[in-house]
Amino acid sequence: MIAVMNAGWDRFLDTGRIPLGKWVESVETFVTTNLSGLFDVIRAVFKGLYDAVDTVFAGPPFWVMILILVLAGLWVRGWKFALGTLAGLLLVVGVSQWENAMHTLALVIVASLIALIIALPLGILTARSDTASAIVRPVLDFLQTMPAFVYLIPALVLFRVGVVPGIVATIMFALAPGVRFTELGIRGVDREVVEAGHAFGASPGRILRQIQLPLAMPTIMAGVNQVIMLSLSMVVIAGMVGAEGLGTDVVSGLTQLNTGLGVEAGISVVILAVYLDRMTAALAKPRQRRFLAKRTAAASAA
Amino acid sequence: MSHNFAVEASSLYKIFGKKPREALNRMRSGASRDEIAALGTAAVIDASFEVLPGEIFVVMGLSGSGKSTLIRMLNGLLEPTSGSVRVMGSEIAGIPAPKLRDIRRKSVSMVFQHFALLPHRTVLDNAAYALEIQGMPAAERRERTMKILDRVGLAGWEHKLPGQLSGGMQQRVGLARALAADTDVLLMDEAFSALDPLIRREMQEQLVDLQRELGKTIIFITHDLNEAMFLGDRIAVMRDGRIVQVGTPDEILTDPANDYVAQFVHDVDRARVLTAEGVMEAPHAVVQLSAGPRAALRVMRDAQTSTVFVLGPGRTLLGVVRDADVLNLVRSGARDLSPALQQAAATVTRDALLIDLFEPAAESPLPVAVVDDQNRLVGTVPRVTLLAALANVQPVITAENAIIAPATVPVEVITETLRATGGPDNVPTRTPGDAPGSARTNTGGRA
Ligand SMILES: Nc1ncnc2c1ncn2[C@@H]1O[C@H](COP(=O)(O)OP(=O)(O)O)[C@@H](O)[C@H]1O
Ligand SMILES: [Mg+2]
Repeated sequence: MIAVMNAGWDRFLDTGRIPLGKWVESVETFVTTNLSGLFDVIRAVFKGLYDAVDTVFAGPPFWVMILILVLAGLWVRGWKFALGTLAGLLLVVGVSQWENAMHTLALVIVASLIALIIALPLGILTARSDTASAIVRPVLDFLQTMPAFVYLIPALVLFRVGVVPGIVATIMFALAPGVRFTELGIRGVDREVVEAGHAFGASPGRILRQIQLPLAMPTIMAGVNQVIMLSLSMVVIAGMVGAEGLGTDVVSGLTQLNTGLGVEAGISVVILAVYLDRMTAALAKPRQRRFLAKRTAAASAA
Repeated sequence: MSHNFAVEASSLYKIFGKKPREALNRMRSGASRDEIAALGTAAVIDASFEVLPGEIFVVMGLSGSGKSTLIRMLNGLLEPTSGSVRVMGSEIAGIPAPKLRDIRRKSVSMVFQHFALLPHRTVLDNAAYALEIQGMPAAERRERTMKILDRVGLAGWEHKLPGQLSGGMQQRVGLARALAADTDVLLMDEAFSALDPLIRREMQEQLVDLQRELGKTIIFITHDLNEAMFLGDRIAVMRDGRIVQVGTPDEILTDPANDYVAQFVHDVDRARVLTAEGVMEAPHAVVQLSAGPRAALRVMRDAQTSTVFVLGPGRTLLGVVRDADVLNLVRSGARDLSPALQQAAATVTRDALLIDLFEPAAESPLPVAVVDDQNRLVGTVPRVTLLAALANVQPVITAENAIIAPATVPVEVITETLRATGGPDNVPTRTPGDAPGSARTNTGGRA
């Protein structure tokens, strides 16, 4: 590896161009030759997870799933939202995108889940340690601003064509807000309340469980919402590396200059997005709303 | 481990900022707070004090004077830059976290300015929080917490959320949580400052009651002088990180250590803070019952007053006699003063607040008599002293103006009577200074 870099350096002296790409490639070569076993394991795990979730969503007949999703909407937000959901999902079925939509939903759920599994502990860590925060912040900036397509290239190399590079690229892209919102939420918890935990002799773990996480929950849930929305916005790109779903039809619409197909798939993405956004937003809110309502009630009573 | 003091702080420093050590060394070699400002904020500087078990120790100072920082070093929420803190005999500065948690569970709990309750837990669960951390079984901790909630007046509210309670009630929950922990020491950082004045007064009174009942050691932080004076057995006044005076409320008021403290105490409601003992004068016009009518008459002549206090054995206050009555006794040749004796109208105990002296002072021409619990005369409060104490000016007390009731019988008549009735004119009258436990006077105070 060093040798490759030295060679690159020599060439820089010759051509005046920094061989950054060469270096990354050499790292990639190193990783694929030496760590391919690890990536095979990751690939198998992600694939297995995706297949399981996908079976749950795409397996049953469409009307069963629609019923479940509409009922969930009714429970979380009320009848208006449930009606809207019904109309939207029937439209998806009407343009023959149902199966694709369910593949996409499975992909979004798996990617978001893994992203959150990484993001939450990282957010807790950065909330507790200024050093960790200082290290992680620029990495997140990097992940968030790097054009999403770029993640596909190493992901393809490491995991080969299919749904897994799509999931990996989605995770990388959607990770940042999960970490940021978790850190923000925990750091934003009333300092005095945390102090109270310490003052009565609570351990840091107990303070995290009983004080910081519950009080940070609305903010953390806003982060979860962001992660899911970003994941969904990656599905089209995931379609380019062979992940089955709405992205595939958007991409073929693009390559065949088939506006109709592109729009049908695109509208289905929008319907899914609205559904997921409203659902997660509502899950984040009730607690907050309840407290607010009570606080204002108490304030007006006083 | 000595338990002479509940809390003992010695040479505590806390410097916030990038280079606390360097700042500390500079301060120790004489640099001022401002000179080290570039290195850090010296929030607490060389603070030493002891708090006795069962005492309410108040730390008072303006905002930013370092009170919160100081109190947070007493339970290790902040690590001192230097110095030592002992709580119930054990050192807490620099000990490992698990040991510190143990001390917090067993010895020292805290009440916060903005209540610091867990908004997602009920009043009961909030108040039981310390017990939950201590690992007490749910049923037992519920029972104990209910008792304490009842004691602080929250019975019936235990299943509400904090957000449904008024500020005063939320702070009762905060207080209940600290009391339930059953620690010896209670730290209260501006615990009542966020409450409105009437509620605050009520909470102060309740705190004093609770303290008497439970005998807790309380360290109470406030920026409100009246609150400090009302609650404190002793008060430490802080300024710019330093403790500038420690003393009883009376000492702080009547003998401020410097202009800063004097300024600070300037607008306190003195009538509700100062006690009779704190302002009283040595009694001037007194006579022993055994000294007889002639001696009484002479005292009245010398003091030019119509009335004197009459003392029995051991300086117990028997009452007063008036000049006309005593004159008649002397003329009739009586040897006993008792027939002229009248009930002294105005007596108060040592710890009576000045506000309770107005009425007696208005009703009686004599100075208000201050007696101890065995009815011994320990001092008097003439009206001029009362007014001077309220106005925070130094009264110029003389034998003349200490006596309000002027003589009703002319001096010549008294002198003539004394000569005409003959007898020895050298009966000693007691001077006030020779009595044990004689009242301290204010005349030697500030310039
Ligand atoms: N965590 C901190 N970091 C830096 N400076 C602080 C910190 N806490 C307090 N200070 C400073 O220390 C001084 C004393 O603050 P504090 O103890 O809160 O005073 P008080 O409670 O008397 O109002 C203030 O100048 C404040 O700005
Ligand atoms: Mg403070």
